[in-house]
Amino acid sequence: MQRVYMDHSATTPVASEVIEAMLPYFSEKYGNPSSVHSFGREAKVALEEARGQVAALIGANPEEITFTSGGTEADNLAIFGAAAAYTKKGRHLITTAIEHHAVLESFEYLEKNGYELTILPVDAEGIISLAELEKALRPDTILISVMHANNEVGSIQPIAEIGALAKERGIWFHVDAVQSLGKLPIAVQEMHVDLLTVSGHKIYGPKGIGALYARKGVRLDARAFGGGQEKKRRSGTENLPGIVGFGKACELAGAHLAAEAQRLQKLRDQLLQGIIDRIPYVKINGPVGDQRLPNNVNVSIQYVEGESLLLSLDMVGIAASSGSACTSGSLDPSHVLLAMGLPHEIAHGSLRFSLGTQNSAEEVDYVLDHLPQIVERLRVMSPLYDAVKQQSTAK
Amino acid sequence: MMNRRKKRVIVGMSGGVDSSMTAALLKEEGYDVIGVTLQVWPSGDAPGQKGCCTITEIDDARRVAYQLGIPYYVMNFRTYFEEHVVDYFTGAYVRGETPNPCLACNRYVKFTELWRKAQGLGADYVATGHYARICQDQERGRWILAKGLDASKDQSYALYMLTQEQLSHILLPLGEYRKARIREMARQLGLSVVADKPDSQEICFVPDRDYAGFILRRKPEAARPGNFVDRQGTVLGRHQGILHYTVGQRKGLGVTFAKPMFVIGLDAEHDEVILGENDQTYTQTLWAMDMNWIAIPALTGPLPVTAKIRYRAAEAEAVVSAEMSDSAGCVQVDFSQRQRAVTPGQAVVFYQGNRVLGGGTIISDPLGRKKRIPFSV
Repeated sequence: MQRVYMDHSATTPVASEVIEAMLPYFSEKYGNPSSVHSFGREAKVALEEARGQVAALIGANPEEITFTSGGTEADNLAIFGAAAAYTKKGRHLITTAIEHHAVLESFEYLEKNGYELTILPVDAEGIISLAELEKALRPDTILISVMHANNEVGSIQPIAEIGALAKERGIWFHVDAVQSLGKLPIAVQEMHVDLLTVSGHKIYGPKGIGALYARKGVRLDARAFGGGQEKKRRSGTENLPGIVGFGKACELAGAHLAAEAQRLQKLRDQLLQGIIDRIPYVKINGPVGDQRLPNNVNVSIQYVEGESLLLSLDMVGIAASSGSACTSGSLDPSHVLLAMGLPHEIAHGSLRFSLGTQNSAEEVDYVLDHLPQIVERLRVMSPLYDAVKQQSTAK
Repeated sequence: MMNRRKKRVIVGMSGGVDSSMTAALLKEEGYDVIGVTLQVWPSGDAPGQKGCCTITEIDDARRVAYQLGIPYYVMNFRTYFEEHVVDYFTGAYVRGETPNPCLACNRYVKFTELWRKAQGLGADYVATGHYARICQDQERGRWILAKGLDASKDQSYALYMLTQEQLSHILLPLGEYRKARIREMARQLGLSVVADKPDSQEICFVPDRDYAGFILRRKPEAARPGNFVDRQGTVLGRHQGILHYTVGQRKGLGVTFAKPMFVIGLDAEHDEVILGENDQTYTQTLWAMDMNWIAIPALTGPLPVTAKIRYRAAEAEAVVSAEMSDSAGCVQVDFSQRQRAVTPGQAVVFYQGNRVLGGGTIISDPLGRKKRIPFSV
């Protein structure tokens, strides 16, 4: 059976160049970067080279990069670290309703422990309003956290404008850029971003590695104590093979960013248009055009459950996703779609395809060949769809 | 080469040995098997609890499916389960009945909603690990439900509500085996994660068996203390609310009496728990409604049967007859020997030999008081 992977927002395969770059750091150059001997030195060199590669992709200085175990840890370090360091200045925090759970749950924990939290709403396309943000700002606001691009619907937030606003008020600005890294240009200086989360395995790097950019001058209390690695922000022996792989993945992403984004955008629009042309009663979730991640397709197929769709797609080898998977693998309606004002039943029928390097126009056609049949079969069993069809033929 | 595609069957897998072997046996028979775990309750509610939808159980089911080389999915039935099983369960207790939520789960969740989703996956059948047998009566064309080969494990009682249409697309391969043999085969197949798991006993969403505590957390207003009374209405003491009691109960009344006293009835309207001596827990006749008939299209005259008044009760000789005054399918059951603790809300299931004739929900208690139940299994 043909297998088509269109779930790159969940994770990506590791690029062969990345594996090649990592290999020596398992059994040849296995030194601890903190050691004084030659083994340690060569490891340290590799560590700093990778730091430079990550920094280059987002326009930062290498010393502003702290490696972590992934996006979740970087989000946690930014939020808890800044909240703890600036608690004397204030206890008010701002975020949005559509953040990843690594951000939302961190803030919700702080809210239960003496901080005040404002959660900004989003419009029907999943984008926040600058006016709303401005209204929410207070003298005791210490941190604003807004994701660059949403993992479910691909909506892109006006980061540079938010950054300008935050800078003007002297409030630190954190951006979760896990989904946009390698797909959209990121320049932390121009965008006035103070803290930025990135992750390796979404850009053809290995799992278990990520980083937090923190502008020089931003204080962060450590979350892990020990040997004082990563400028005491994140103790623990560095995951050197992972770091080297992440660095290489950043280098590759930077080299191909513009061309690959253009290619993906074409595939995205082919898939989106194909779905709309072939399947009635479909709603596109999120913005269209440049406000959307180049690789994200998210649709609600009415009168069908997302769960049944996903399973049926899997049975013909197509890997997509719906809502957010919980630990057990069963599905809840997505908090992102609900925040965008979608009714529960439509949020339940949502389907996300996230495209990546190995996807081709033929693979998009494969999906377009199978999806309409699956939807039709599932709708035949839906009493609601029956009623709708009868109504429309009666007209 | 076969030009017909293999028949596809969805197997409900709980992570236990029975459902694992159901999948294994059907795969061996040549079916296109897909394993599904029904997530019916939020997982990880209370750490360390054992129940059917904990992460560990799901992990075990997934591992078995992987070992068997079959596709496996977790499907979300939480809203549906809450509405059709949990709400029914709490509602019944509040009404003074003793419900059997597993029957409601079979009826509404496994054989209705799971089947609906299974059809979406192109399935021809749905299968479970129940010890019972289904076959078609060649002469009359009716689908027949019969006891499993292993009398000590027979679960046909829990399936009495299946309709002819449902029986036509359900597979119960374990009905032909003894439990010991199933465990042995699981070991032979290398399904070591499940082969020696103990049988599940408790209600999956109340693993600590504290039903009253569970109901009170969901419906605090159900905590209504009242009086213990005898048959004549004489007040014998105070109780903490009828949902703490079930017919036949002796222990845990919270009051000591000169003679051993038993619950013989619950009166939700007056919040009364009616007590009597052991002899008064026995009755010769019960009434039931919401009938489902399997071996026969309808009850036309009195029939001699054996009847089971709860899952673990022994079968007892009886005559079942339609109650004349009634058009709602109510039946009267007259036993040859008096039965202990006839309990409203439980199911009574009728057999003729190995075959399930049909069954319904008990609406009378040892006092012979009849009550119509608005929503039942």
